[in-house]
Amino acid sequence: MPPAVLPQAFNLLALLPEIALLLAACIVLLADATTKESAGWQIDRLALGVLLLPLAATLYVAADGHSYSFGDMYVSDLMAHTLKVCAIIATGVVIIYSRQYASDRAIRRGELYSLALFALLGQMVMISGSNLLVLYLGLELMSLSLYAVAALRRDVATSSVAAIKYFVLGALSSGFLLYGMSMVYGATGSLNIPDIVQSIAFGRVSESVLVFGLVFVVAGIAFKFGAVPFHMWIPDVYQGTATVATLLIAAGPKLAAFALAFRLLGEALMTVSGDWHQMLIVLAVLSLGLGNIVAIAQTNLKRMLAYSTISQVGFVLLGMIGAHTGGDAARSADAFGSSMFYAITNVLTTLGTFGLIQLLARKGFEAEEIDDFKGLARRSPWLAGIMMMMMFSLAGLPPLVGFYAKLVVLESVISVGLVWLAVYAVVMSLIGAYYYIRVIKVMYFDEAVDTSPIVVGNDVQATMAVNGLLILLLGIVPGPLVSLCAASVRQALQLG
Amino acid sequence: MEPTSQVMGAGLLSAAIWIPILTGVMLLAVGNDRRADVVRAVALAGSLLGLLVTLPLYLGFDPASDQLQFVEKLPWIERYGISYYLGLDGLSIWLVLLTALITVFVVIAGWRVITERVAQYMAAFLILSGLMVGVFSAMDGLLFYVFFEATLLPMYIIIGVWGGPNRVYAAFKFFLYTLLGSLLTLVALIYLYAQSGSFEIQAWHELPLSMREQTLLFIAFLLAFAVKVPMWPVHTWLPDAHVEAPTGGSVVLAAVMLKLGAYGFLRFSLPIAPDASHELSWLMIALSLIAVIYIGLVALVQTDMKKLVAYSSIAHMGYVILGFFIFNQLGMQGAIVQMISHGFISGAMFLCIGVLYDRMHSRNIEDYGGVVNTMPRFAALFMLFSMANSGLPATSGFVGEFMVILGAVQYNFWIGFAAATTLILGAAYSLWMYKRVVFGEVANPEVAGLKDVDRREFWMLMAMAALVLYMGLYPKPFTDVTDASVEALLQHVSQTKIK
Repeated sequence: MPPAVLPQAFNLLALLPEIALLLAACIVLLADATTKESAGWQIDRLALGVLLLPLAATLYVAADGHSYSFGDMYVSDLMAHTLKVCAIIATGVVIIYSRQYASDRAIRRGELYSLALFALLGQMVMISGSNLLVLYLGLELMSLSLYAVAALRRDVATSSVAAIKYFVLGALSSGFLLYGMSMVYGATGSLNIPDIVQSIAFGRVSESVLVFGLVFVVAGIAFKFGAVPFHMWIPDVYQGTATVATLLIAAGPKLAAFALAFRLLGEALMTVSGDWHQMLIVLAVLSLGLGNIVAIAQTNLKRMLAYSTISQVGFVLLGMIGAHTGGDAARSADAFGSSMFYAITNVLTTLGTFGLIQLLARKGFEAEEIDDFKGLARRSPWLAGIMMMMMFSLAGLPPLVGFYAKLVVLESVISVGLVWLAVYAVVMSLIGAYYYIRVIKVMYFDEAVDTSPIVVGNDVQATMAVNGLLILLLGIVPGPLVSLCAASVRQALQLG
Repeated sequence: MEPTSQVMGAGLLSAAIWIPILTGVMLLAVGNDRRADVVRAVALAGSLLGLLVTLPLYLGFDPASDQLQFVEKLPWIERYGISYYLGLDGLSIWLVLLTALITVFVVIAGWRVITERVAQYMAAFLILSGLMVGVFSAMDGLLFYVFFEATLLPMYIIIGVWGGPNRVYAAFKFFLYTLLGSLLTLVALIYLYAQSGSFEIQAWHELPLSMREQTLLFIAFLLAFAVKVPMWPVHTWLPDAHVEAPTGGSVVLAAVMLKLGAYGFLRFSLPIAPDASHELSWLMIALSLIAVIYIGLVALVQTDMKKLVAYSSIAHMGYVILGFFIFNQLGMQGAIVQMISHGFISGAMFLCIGVLYDRMHSRNIEDYGGVVNTMPRFAALFMLFSMANSGLPATSGFVGEFMVILGAVQYNFWIGFAAATTLILGAAYSLWMYKRVVFGEVANPEVAGLKDVDRREFWMLMAMAALVLYMGLYPKPFTDVTDASVEALLQHVSQTKIK
C-alpha cells in the first residue's frame, strides 16, 4: 500500500468488504434479470457463491487491525470484522434455509437474494460507521431493503399488513434517530464520532441539547432492537411476513443494531452514560417483563419467538447498562463485550429456530403453530434434538451457549451494583423458561398429528446440524468467543 | 486450604464424569430400537466402566487429610478466570461412588421394562450420572452450577417421555420449581465473583462478608438447595415427580438428585456464610423438624406406594439438614452417612415398587395384599428394605439417624426428642404399607397370578440388600473418610467471617 499517493483519508482498502459485497449484489441482480425463473437453483448457488467475496475481503482486511479512513468517517476494527463475518454467515445460512421455502411459495428468488445482499450491505456500513450520517445511511439501506423483503408476498394479506406496519414504524424510528443525531450534531458541532468524543471531553457542548438529542437517539436504537415500548412492530412483522423475511429481519439486523448502539452510546456518548443507562434500565425492565409474560399466551410459534426476541433484547440492553461504571473504561468495555456476546449468540438461535420453522413448512402449509411441532421427536429425532437445544439455550440452561450469554450479561450488571436488576432478570427468565420448555413438551411428550415425511436436503440438514451443534459446542467451550468479544470492544475503545 | 497436587490418579475424576456422558452421547447418535439389546449392553458397559473408575478414587483416598484430592485444574473461560477445577474431599467421595453405583442399578432396572426409545432412555440416565458426578467434584463455582443445572435437562425428558399418565404436569412442575431456586443462586455466584474476583469455591470460603451480605447469600443458596433437597414447604414437586417418573427416574431422583441440594449446603451455604448459618440455624432446624414430623404423618396416610416413599424421602432428608445445622461432629457426620444410606434404601424401595408395578401396573396399596403368597423371595427382600426405611438397627438406616439424634440431643434435648419421633413414624408408615401390600390373604386374581422375581431382579435387589446390611453392621468405612473434612468444615464454620 503506497500511503504517499493514497492518503490515509481515502483508504479504499478499508472498504474492500463493502465494495466486494456491492459487486456481489450487482452480479445477483444482473443474473436474475437475464435468467428465467425456472433456473432458480442457479441463482441459489450464485448468491451463496458471491457471498464468499465479501467474506474473503473481510478476512483479508481483518489482518490490518484497527484503522480509520475517509477522514474518520469509517472505522475498520476487530469488532467490525467480527460482526461483519457473523452477518455475512447469517445471510448465507438464511439463503441455504430459504431455498425450498421460497421456491414453494413462488417468491422470486433473484429478487429475494439481491435484496438480502443489499440489506447485508446496509448492515456492514452500519457496523463500520464512525460518523452519524454514515450510520444513518447504512441503517436506511438495510431498512429499505428489508421493507421490500417483508412485502415480497404481496398476495398474502397478513404479509402486506406486516410490511406496511414495518415500513411506517421503521420510518418513524429512523426519523427519531435522525432527529436525535441532528441534536447531537448541534450540541457538539461534529458528525464524526471521534470528534464528538473530543468535544464532549473538552466540555464544549451544550448539555441540555445533547441530552435532548440522546433521548431520541436511544428511542431510535430501541426501535431497531424492538425494546418495549418501541416493540409494537416486532410481533406482527415476525408473524405476518413469510418466514424467510422473518429470518432476514431477525438475524443480521440485530448485529447491526448492536453495532449502532455501541458506536453511538459506547463510543460517541460514553461520557453521558449516566443519562442513557437510566433510559436503558427502563427499556430493559419493560422488555424483559412484557416479552416474557406475553409470550406465554401465544400459540403461534413465530409470534411467541417474536415476544421471546423482545425479552432477549432486554438482556442485550442489560449488558450495556453494566457499562455505566463511573469511569472505569476497562469494565465498561467488558460490559459491552458481554452485550456483544449475547447479540451474536442470539443470532445463532434465531437462525436455528426460524430455520426449523421453514424446514417443516411445505407447499401450502406453514408450520408456524406450536402444535405443528407435535411429536416431532418421532418424525425426526435429529431436528427435534436441535430444536430442543435451541429452546434450552434460549431458556438459559447450561451447558448451552444461551446460559453463558446470560451469565456474562448478568455479571456486568451485578458488577455495577445493580443486583436487583439481575434478580428481576432471572425471575423473568424463569417465566420465559415455561414457554420454551412447552415447545419441548410438544415435540417430545405429545403424539404426532401430522405424519407427513419431512423432506430436507443434505446441505440444509448439514447446515442445521452445524447450527445446532455450535449452540452446544459454544456452551462447552465458550471461552474463545467471550474473549474475542471482550477484545473487540477493548480495541474499539482503544484500550489496547 | 491449598489443594495438594497429586500425580497419581489424575484424570480419574474426569473419567468418572465423561465416560458415562460420552457413552450416552454415543447411544443417542447411533442407537435405535431395532438393536435394543446392543444398546442395553453398551449402556451397562458404560455404567460399569463409570463405576470401575470410581473405585481407585476410594482406594487411593487419604482419609487423614482434609485437603482436596485427585485435583484437576484447567483454564476454561479465561476472561472470567473460570476453570475446569475438580477435586474430592471427605464430603463428596461417597456421593461420587453412590452416583456411579446407582447408575448401574438403574440400567439393570430398565433392562426389560423399557422397550421404546431404549437408546434415549439409557443415554439420558448415563448423561445424568456423569453430570451428577460433576456436581459433586466441581470445585469451581460456575462449573458446579453448570453441572447442577444441566441435570434438569435429562430429568425433564425422563419424566416427560417415559413417565406415567400425568407426566407432563409432573415434568413441568419439576423443571420450573427447581429452576426457580437455582436462578437466584446464579445471581449469588456472580455476586461472589464480583466481590472476590474469582469463581473458585475455596476462595469464596475465605472471603470476608458482612452479615447482610451473608444473610442474602444464604437465602439465595437456600432457595436452590431447599427446593432440591426438598425441604418443607417447597417439597411439593417431589411426590408428583416421583409418582410420574419411570422406576429408574424415581431411583435416581431419590438416591442421588436430592443429595445435590444437601451437598450444596455443605459446600456453599455453611462455609461461605457461616455467620448467617448460625444466625438462621433456628429456621433450618424448625423446617427440618417439620419435615421429619409433619411429612412423616403425611406419609402415613398415602394410598400410593410411590408417593409414600417420596414423602418418607422428604422426612429422611429433613434429618440430613437437621444434622448440618446443629453444628457438631456427630450431627454432620450422621447427616452425611444418612445421605448415603438414604441413597441405598430409597433406591431399593423404588426398585421394589418398580418390580410390583411392572407386573400389576398399579401403585395403589389397596390393589395389593397377600403378595407374600405368590412372591416369597421378593417379600423377604422388600421386608428388609422396609425395615431399613424405618431405621431398624443393623441396617444402614439406623446409623445415620442415630448419629443425628445423638448430635441433636447434645445440641438441645428437645430437638433431639422431636427428631427421635421419626423412629416411630418411620416404622409406622413403612411397616404398615408393607403389611397391607405383602401380608394377608391374596387380595385378587391379579395378585394370585404374580410371578416371583426373576434372576435379574433378584440379584439386583440382593446387591442392594448387601449394601444396606454392610453399612448397617460396619459403618466405619463410611464415617472414617469424612472425619477430617467434617472437622475442618466445622472448624471453619465456627469462625466468624464478618470483616
